[in-house]
Amino acid sequence: MDALLLSRIQFGFTIGFHILFPTLTIGLAWFLVFFESRWRRTGRDHWIELYRFWVKIFALTFGMGVVSGLVLSYQFGTNFSRFSEMAGPVMGPLLSAEVLSAFFVEAGFLGIMLFGWSKVGPRLHFLATLLVAVGTTNSAFWILSANSFMHTPQGAEWIDGRLVPVDWWAVVFNPSFPYRLAHMLLASAITSALVIAGGSAWCLHRGLYRDAGLAGIKAAITALALAAPLQIAAGDLHGLNVREHQPMKVAAMEGLWETRHGAPLLLFALPDQAQQKNHFAIEIPKLGSIILAHDPDGEILGLDEVAPADQPPVIPVFFGFRVMVGLGLWFLLLAALGVLTWMRGRLERASMLRRLLMFSTPLGFVATLAGWIVAETGRQPWTVHGMIRTADSLSPVPAASVATSLALFVVVYGVLLASYLYFVLALVRRGPALPTDHPEAIRGARAGELLPANPQEVVHTTGARA
Amino acid sequence: MIDLSLILAGVIVFGVGAYVILDGFDLGVGILFPWMPDDAARDLAITSIAPVWDGNETWLILGGAVLFAAFPLAYAVVLPAFYIPIMSLLFALIFRGVAFEFRVKALTSKPWWTRAFVAGSTLAAFSQGLLLGGLLEGVQVGPGEPASKIALQFTGGAFDWLTPFSVVVGLGVVAGYALLGATWLNMKTQHGLRDWSRRIAHRALIGSLIALAVVSIYTPLKYDWIAERWFGEMRWLSLSPVPLMTGVVAFSLYRELNHGSHYPPFFYAIALFLLGYFGIGISLWPHVVPPALDIWEAAAPRQSQVFVLIVLALSLPMVLIYTAYAYWVFRGKVEQGAGYAH
Ligand code: HDD
Ligand code: HEM
Ligand code: HEM
Repeated sequence: MDALLLSRIQFGFTIGFHILFPTLTIGLAWFLVFFESRWRRTGRDHWIELYRFWVKIFALTFGMGVVSGLVLSYQFGTNFSRFSEMAGPVMGPLLSAEVLSAFFVEAGFLGIMLFGWSKVGPRLHFLATLLVAVGTTNSAFWILSANSFMHTPQGAEWIDGRLVPVDWWAVVFNPSFPYRLAHMLLASAITSALVIAGGSAWCLHRGLYRDAGLAGIKAAITALALAAPLQIAAGDLHGLNVREHQPMKVAAMEGLWETRHGAPLLLFALPDQAQQKNHFAIEIPKLGSIILAHDPDGEILGLDEVAPADQPPVIPVFFGFRVMVGLGLWFLLLAALGVLTWMRGRLERASMLRRLLMFSTPLGFVATLAGWIVAETGRQPWTVHGMIRTADSLSPVPAASVATSLALFVVVYGVLLASYLYFVLALVRRGPALPTDHPEAIRGARAGELLPANPQEVVHTTGARA
Repeated sequence: MIDLSLILAGVIVFGVGAYVILDGFDLGVGILFPWMPDDAARDLAITSIAPVWDGNETWLILGGAVLFAAFPLAYAVVLPAFYIPIMSLLFALIFRGVAFEFRVKALTSKPWWTRAFVAGSTLAAFSQGLLLGGLLEGVQVGPGEPASKIALQFTGGAFDWLTPFSVVVGLGVVAGYALLGATWLNMKTQHGLRDWSRRIAHRALIGSLIALAVVSIYTPLKYDWIAERWFGEMRWLSLSPVPLMTGVVAFSLYRELNHGSHYPPFFYAIALFLLGYFGIGISLWPHVVPPALDIWEAAAPRQSQVFVLIVLALSLPMVLIYTAYAYWVFRGKVEQGAGYAH
């Protein structure tokens, strides 16, 4: 394999790994804000139990997000240095804005959020939680602006071999940015709602922590019921925007090899890039044009508009899109089922719903990854659409170096993910009610490890209902 | 016109300096970890840095991002040139970062996360030293391929950075961070761990001074432009306060350690670092990538620099304020047993 392919795999792998964690932390941070504010408002125990439980998972996830994100901010330079040199004047300032408006805020207040219970008052503590949530969302804003620029560049010109920003407003608010930001934040809301719903369903299933479980599942179903339909609407608009700016990506999503009017919607097919056609196609006539052009006879550009070498890889885009949309519909169904059950007052007994929720816990991550594969692979062969080719973006680094670091990433990330899941599951098994409100217990120290800080301070067990 | 490149170079100098000092002490705690008296001491030591390490590391990200934004050419040349030490730095920081979270929660695997924490901290410090040493030795730069739009790029080999000198600098950074870590523990802890940290600080001080001496003697001997910078036109006269102050600070640090003071050793250690950093700055100035690129050649277009400066002006003061506040919240000695006794 050459350095180009290896670098692409490495970048896709490391960022795909990274995005798993932000997807959860962005949504979870806002759930934590909600839990803490409910607790401050009502003073009811189960809200703080929920907070304490999920903040531990948040801390773990956040840690993983930090270390995997650190890698990315240097990987532009190590693996795509020519891209960095050409696009640095645009990308660099956006990333700097992210560091300053997001990472410092998150890092500065996370310490207080996790360890500050006994050091600051409840109001300041709440402020810290809130600022961490704001930080995660700021981070999404800037990084998605940078990423959207790579899909739909505007406001920059080629001057002396590099992209010079001439209109920052146009750069930041480039055409695909609003859609991508909305779509990603909703993906985050859905993913974290599914995780909370799954965890709460598990507690109810086992008959544990009834109050916390019910409060959690209600909060999650509410979020899902709001976000799932919105996500489909946002995705539809996003698709129209892609059609306008990156028609070949849409052609790959639809598996459309030739430009045609009244394009069908392919339910299934096996695209064959070498022969430029589909095998085993199952299609619904005209529906493709209806969805994409909002007109049964609308014209949809096919992949034959460009030379085969300029087409994106069709298989990942095509299947990624189907996985994402399929899951989007499934989440809508799940939300509807949840709301119905809730309205009939049967949340506690509905074992079918609980099973479905537990099963769906990881599916938000799957949809998110699938969506990113559609967006990024569909942009190929460009890094900055129409301006910088991926092949011209590479660093002058020997393939052996890239292969070695890639192999290490696979091994190390494999170990990390396994450990992360192990610790998360261990936390879930232990459940929300922890023996003490000691800061270390809040972060997940084992009960046996906790000694009273001084003899007067009693280690009390809150709600050991189990 | 105001020279924006100069201001932004100043921001990077500030950011990297903040990083070296702040992450320096928490990496140092990790480097010293295996030699601490017992597991309780280790738990206490890690408790003292847990609330702040993430913020400390963010300065490294800031340095990288502002370099990318304001001097993209330097970013594009340096990172491929140091591919291997940078990857080892990143892997080291990965292991160290997750160890904070995993170690507390682990049952049987706790010793492994302790090892990951130690190895990660030490390797991170060593890799940073390799980077610094390699940079001082210079990076080979040439024009890009004729067909590409690339003006300049790295043209050296994958192992150019590996020299006896860079290894010495690597060890020096490990020793220096250990010094910062030891004086931090001396400030933040009590009793057994504190007594131990003062003893170890002595050794780290000696190691750091040796490394500092090697760098100061070797670089002007080997590189004419560094010699010229220090000794040309009687400049040594106006620069002589730097080595003199270094001597004074090192001696005061030694004395305060013997006196058993709580706070001064840490601040003297910081001063020592700043002087070393300043000395390196004098040697390098005005290059970002010696010997080929100075800050003006590597600069981004004005539009990019203005954007970064506006963002900096709006946010950096706040960052400094709440960072200081976060340290203030966790001020004073870490309480024994406040963490996890075993
Ligand atoms: C949609 C959101 C999103 C996306 C697409 C990305 N990130 Fe990210 N990143 C976050 C959302 C986020 C976050 C929510 O802010 C994280 C996750 C957990 C955390 O610690 O902060 C984070 C952490 C994080 C960190 C550590 C920050 C710290 O120390 O606090 C770095 C350096 C990056 N990211 C860099 C990147 C780069 C270079 C990306 C693209 C190439 C990228 N991220 C994609
Ligand atoms: C966080 C979610 C993201 C995911 C899951 C993701 C996924 C991917 C994948 C799978 C590839 C490889 C595509 C291929 O070669 O076929 C890729 C490439 C790339 N992406 Fe993304 N991406 C994400 C966000 C971003 C962001 C935010 C940026 C920039 C700010 C970015 C910049 C790039 C670059 C520079 C490449 C390398 C060039 C290339 O191979 O196309 N990506 N990404
Ligand atoms: C069911 C209806 C959905 C539609 C019509 C839809 C549509 C789209 C389209 C067209 C893109 C490509 C954008 C581009 O290439 O630039 C995309 C990307 C993406 N989708 Fe979806 N989507 C849907 C559901 C979902 C769901 C349920 C999730 C996750 C929970 C999700 C997460 C993502 C992500 C993370 C991306 C990549 C980032 C981006 O470009 O916005 N999508 N989606």
